[in-house]
Formats: sequence, structure tokens, C-alpha cells
Amino acid sequence: MHEMSLAEGILTLVEATARREQARRVKRVTLEIGALASVDIGALRFCFDAVTRASLAEHAALDIITLAGRGWCLPCGLEVPLSALADACPHCGSFQVQPVSGMEMRVKEIDIE
Amino acid sequence: MCTTCGCGSGDTRIEGEAPHEHHHHDDTHDHAQHSHAPGVSEARRVAIEEDILASNNAYAAENRRRFAAAATLTLNLVSSPGSGKTTLLARTLAELKADITLAVIEGDQETSFDAERIRATGVPALQINTGKGCHLDAHMVGHALDRLPPPEGGILFIENVGNLVCPAAFDLGEAAKVVILSVTEGVDKPLKYPDMFHAARLMLINKADLLPYVDFDPEAAIAYARRVNPDLQAITLSATTGEGVADWLEWLQVRLAGVKNARIRELETQLAALKSGVR
Repeated sequence: MHEMSLAEGILTLVEATARREQARRVKRVTLEIGALASVDIGALRFCFDAVTRASLAEHAALDIITLAGRGWCLPCGLEVPLSALADACPHCGSFQVQPVSGMEMRVKEIDIE
Repeated sequence: MCTTCGCGSGDTRIEGEAPHEHHHHDDTHDHAQHSHAPGVSEARRVAIEEDILASNNAYAAENRRRFAAAATLTLNLVSSPGSGKTTLLARTLAELKADITLAVIEGDQETSFDAERIRATGVPALQINTGKGCHLDAHMVGHALDRLPPPEGGILFIENVGNLVCPAAFDLGEAAKVVILSVTEGVDKPLKYPDMFHAARLMLINKADLLPYVDFDPEAAIAYARRVNPDLQAITLSATTGEGVADWLEWLQVRLAGVKNARIRELETQLAALKSGVR
């Protein structure tokens, strides 16, 4: 996927906040990534390390909280767990399931000093 | 995955020139301001709670505002390389250009071959070269719109970089993503690349003239695609022979009418508000 662009987006948000807070450095960056967002976590870590070089976030730890996928099954009229976009409803087997959460890609918080 | 496909930034060119983009964030800060009094090196946690794509989404919203103001139907065409996007686009333009104002933004890593093919149809086209980048983003498209304004009451086609993965996450401000799958590919591609088929509103199954020679069941492909996107519309067609193209043109006309009607309602509301203030 587009992990280099995502890493650049993360750095932009992190640096803007760190500067506003007059931080000397960023020690930790915490992300929330939905299970259905299809971010390759290994690639994202690699790109994060690359783009944070010589920035306030150089050597910052990258914590990633995975948010579970949930979908709305139309035939059941129920919210059901969804681990992939192509998964069927665990109750009725239908593929008429629209994801309602698990697509998130957010910077949650940073630890600074 | 961009670590292998070489995704990056800083190489973007529009018609061969740098778009003068670069990051607009303020880089004028003084590092001296980070110095603190000795002994107050406290660690703090600061909430951000923002979408990683917030910057792209803001540019996309601005593009969308421009499209709405011009009553332009904008479509983001996405597919693997070699699905026949450009051939289909050239045919579509030839069919529509007598009746509808059209424009095209072409995205490729290198070369302006596609924009030249489009210009040969008589429709204005602008080439964005992403360099190492694997997708168009809303910022690049915004710069392109400064040079090629959205066609008033017409259709703007944005042909994205041939890549069934990365462009899925990047909103350009379009009304819909249209994913093109050709019959020389596997029917299970929607399951292998679910994000793109989930993001799309319409799937065009192209190269239908080759169906007698390949093992491809369009119904199976549609069924797989609807597993990831139950609302996905689908049209099977051939840009070469023209079969099914009428259905695609009809889809475009219906969508364009929707965009125009939305703009008419907006202008009528403004007009009514203006009239009510006149005595």
C-alpha cells in the first residue's frame, strides 16, 4: 500500500503538535489502525523510521493499537465482527455486510519531552 | 506495498514541470525556542486524534467544492496496469465529446504518452507524472485544476496510476471511483485487492470481446466483488468492439444529470434567498 505517504502524513501531524507544545523531542507515537484498513504494519514501521530521521520524532517508539473490524449484516439486521472486507456474516453466511468500523487510520497521541 | 513499488514524494511533475507544491507547513520555526529551563524536562502525553490522511482529505474537500461549483462530474478511474483504461477512456471521449464538455487528468509515474493519446481525441488533457509515487493525491489534483479548470456542466475523468492497491485510500474529491477489471485478469482479483473494490462505486469489466478465448466468468467476478462491496454496480463491455459501452455512457449521463441537478437546486436556493431580500 501507500505506507510512505501515510508515514509522511503521520510525521506532519506529529511535528505540528510537537512544535505547538514546544517539545524538544517526541518519544512515542501512538496510532490507531483499523483491522480492515489494510495497512501493511511492517512497511509502515519501515517508512516511519525513514521519514522521521532528522526530525523531532527521530528514534520515537511507534505504538500501534489495532481496532477490531465490525460490520452491519443487512439480512440479520445485526452488527457482527468482521476480520476482512470479504468475510461473510458469522450468523447467516451472507456477504451483504457493510463495514461500520475497522477502517480507521488515526494518530491517537504522542509522548513528548 | 510502497517499500517495494518505490512509492515516494517529491518527484511529482505536471506536464513535465514541478508543481511548486512542497509541504505548506511552517518550517520557519527556530530550534532555539525548544530550549527549556534546566530541570524541567518533563515527559508529557498529548492527544492528537486526527486522521492520518487529514491533509489529503482537506485538499480533496477543496477539489470537491470546485467540482460542485462548476457542476462537474468527476470520476477517478482505477485499475491494474494494462486493463485498457486509456483505450476505454479514448473511446468514451469520442462517444461523448459532441454533446458534453470533457477534460482528462492523466496520472502515470513517467511519460506523457497517455495525455497525448487523449489530446488526439480533441479533449483537453493534463499529464501528472508522480515520479516514484504509486498514486495520485488530492494535492496534486488541486494543482492540476489550477491549469485545467473543471469543465462546466461536464465530465472530468482522472485516470489514476495503474495500481490496484495504493489509489484506494486517496480521495481526490471525485464523485466516484470506477474500477476497471479486464477479462485477461483473474476473476478473484476483487478478493485479492479488496480495498479498491470496496472503495469503487462502479466496476467495468473490460475486454469482453476476448471472453471466448479466456477462462473468465464475469458473473463470478461480480459475485466476488460484491462480497467486498454489496452495493457495487457492474457493467461488462469492450472498448474495442463497443459492446456494452452504451450502458456505461448511460451510467455517465445519469450521474452527470444528478450533479447538474444538485447544482441547480443550490443556485435556486441562493436565488430565492436573494429575491426574498428584495422589496
